[in-house]
Amino acid sequence: MADLANIFIKSAFIENLALSYFLGMCSFLAVSKSVKTAFGLGLAVIFVLGITMPINWCINTYLLSETGILGQDFTFLRLILFIAVIASMVQLVEMVVEKFSPSLYNALGIFLPLITVNCAILGGSLFMVSKEYNFAESVSFGLGGGFGWFVAIVAIAAIREKIKYSAVPPALRGLGMAFMLTGLMGLAFMGLMGIDLASF
Amino acid sequence: MAETTAVAQKEAAFSFGKKERKLLTDPLNDNNPITVQVLGICSALAVTTLFNKALVMSIAVVFVCAFSSLITSMLRTSIPKQVRMIVQLVIIAFLVTVVEMVLKAFAYPMYKDLSVFIGLIITNCIVMGRLEAFAMANAPWKSFLDGVGNGVGYGIILLIVAAIREIFGKGSIGGFKIIGNTEEFLINTETSTIFGWYEPNNLMVLFPSAMFVIGGLIWAHRAWNKKLVDIS
Repeated sequence: MADLANIFIKSAFIENLALSYFLGMCSFLAVSKSVKTAFGLGLAVIFVLGITMPINWCINTYLLSETGILGQDFTFLRLILFIAVIASMVQLVEMVVEKFSPSLYNALGIFLPLITVNCAILGGSLFMVSKEYNFAESVSFGLGGGFGWFVAIVAIAAIREKIKYSAVPPALRGLGMAFMLTGLMGLAFMGLMGIDLASF
Repeated sequence: MAETTAVAQKEAAFSFGKKERKLLTDPLNDNNPITVQVLGICSALAVTTLFNKALVMSIAVVFVCAFSSLITSMLRTSIPKQVRMIVQLVIIAFLVTVVEMVLKAFAYPMYKDLSVFIGLIITNCIVMGRLEAFAMANAPWKSFLDGVGNGVGYGIILLIVAAIREIFGKGSIGGFKIIGNTEEFLINTETSTIFGWYEPNNLMVLFPSAMFVIGGLIWAHRAWNKKLVDIS
């Protein structure tokens, strides 16, 4: 159990998907103009990462690997299957949420379809494969990674809301400043990198 | 008679006039995928630590971008609207798998270096964005040119960022030492280069510096091309 908590904290803060690996940067920069929308997208990412990670783990272990039911090494199909799972899960989640919880659906709004092309989702699944996690660990990694991404996008959105009132050079306004800010936040998060959780 | 019209049509389909040239050159400056459209940032940050890595990545993206545009554009009339995202993703994923296998076969160390980022070309928003915005509505040849143009526009920024980061971070470019001292300097101090005083700055190799370099590039690009400055 402590192991799973470790993986959660590690993926959320020490190996933050957004600020240490810079994954999902396109939507990270495009949707971080206000805290409200950033909050919605962050929630949707936690949701989708938490669901697709275990599914992709099952596919990778039972279908694609040599020890799976097909008995042959199909790992070259990994990319196609992973992205198909992500695209269809996003579609499915959208339909289910729309049916059973219209309020959550309204909160997430247009962000659900955007998530298909968020590289944090596919990147998370690929990292999970290369780190050789088991089932429970992959769930923890998915939720932790999603939470880390959520924290990062809400934080940058809050900073960008404030910076609107500052005297930034015209050519640097908007996008350029967002890059600089993300770089500074990345520097700050690098301070967490050396932490060894096992030593606590 | 019928033959001549057929030839004329073929020429029209593959013509290379002003419009086609604009498709190629527009993404290089006014409509650059990275500095203006903000697409495909993730891989731009991760693979630009070394010049060679960025070069391989750019070639891969140009290839995927061009051919996925071509294929999507050829199929555009027969793709149902509701499932077009999944169809596009499958086309891209197929091309990326091809790139991955070619790299694995012919350049294994490079494949190891790029690790998950080759796979992440699938979710590179440039490819998807061009398919959605251009290839679904235009003829194959034009879509192909648009794909090449956007791939090259992306590649150029990638190479500039990688060159800056490698020169100042490692003192070399493409593995070739330019500034700072080589390891031989420790043995024989007379082999010092002209720029031997430079001490490579390790921060440039780390992720955050990519952000600063691209931010600076955007600043320079907008200061030079005034119409891109956004007021919001």
